[in-house]
Amino acid sequence: MRRPAPEAVGVIKGRRDAALRQLVEGVPYIGFLGIQFDRRGDELTAILPYADHLIGNPTIPALHGGAIAAFLEVTAIVELSWSLIWEEMEAGRTPASLRLPRTIDFTVDYLRSGLPRDAYARARVNRSGRRFASVHVETWQDNRDRPMAQATGHFLLSES
Amino acid sequence: MTDPILIARAATFLTALPHSQALGMQLDAFGAGEATLSMAYDPRFVGDPVTGVIHGGAVSALMDSACGAAVLAHPDAPASTATIDLRMDYMRSATPGQRIVARATCYHMTRNVAFVRATAFDDDDSRPVATATATWTVERAG
Repeated sequence: MRRPAPEAVGVIKGRRDAALRQLVEGVPYIGFLGIQFDRRGDELTAILPYADHLIGNPTIPALHGGAIAAFLEVTAIVELSWSLIWEEMEAGRTPASLRLPRTIDFTVDYLRSGLPRDAYARARVNRSGRRFASVHVETWQDNRDRPMAQATGHFLLSES
Repeated sequence: MTDPILIARAATFLTALPHSQALGMQLDAFGAGEATLSMAYDPRFVGDPVTGVIHGGAVSALMDSACGAAVLAHPDAPASTATIDLRMDYMRSATPGQRIVARATCYHMTRNVAFVRATAFDDDDSRPVATATATWTVERAG
């Protein structure tokens, strides 16, 4: 018995990129903030390119705490959604349109002021059960080991 | 405190912040450690395209601003302030199409730290959309 030939790498990448685009491009607020996602395998890095309208305090100048919180929450929700569709997607099926996880609570620690330049973020799903998920997320700018802010959030998953 | 000059000055300062301006925030009340900020519904701020509900991040931005304003509205009048941490609890989805109003109270201030709580409502002010608990730095003049 012969094993089926593995799928061409281009096919796999195309499917993953299309699924990620579907998660991100449908959300107006992600576009409003200008957030993009970089994918390497299953690892996502969110990018918040600098824009003048993200500034909170013009005298320092520093990014608005609300823009940072929103960037972290967007990253957490996209990472969690991505982890929920991953298996279906890898099995070669088109994931059924996902009901987005709903935020229950979200706690942000501000560690350094946000400089007027690009910011990056990565999230980690620490627990994802039948109804609830807990996600941690960190954002940094020039140095990965000097985080600008971090957050933990709890999310309600739609029961299927 | 309802000094109209003070309120006008605070409104000019707070709504001139670029991100607050981008979100169309408006200062509705300011004084005695309390501040009310509001934001109109805008399709660009939607987080769930299926329901049209505003993204939690936009509500966070409004709450963060309201909390900061409440710190500045405290009678001790700090020269400036920055968020140490902000916890948001989301009670329910804000109704699409409705304005969101955030009311914040700076209920305690030490030499270095301000303690703030806030509640957000839409048109139904009997059921909160979200609550927030935050701590802020206190930068004193001189």
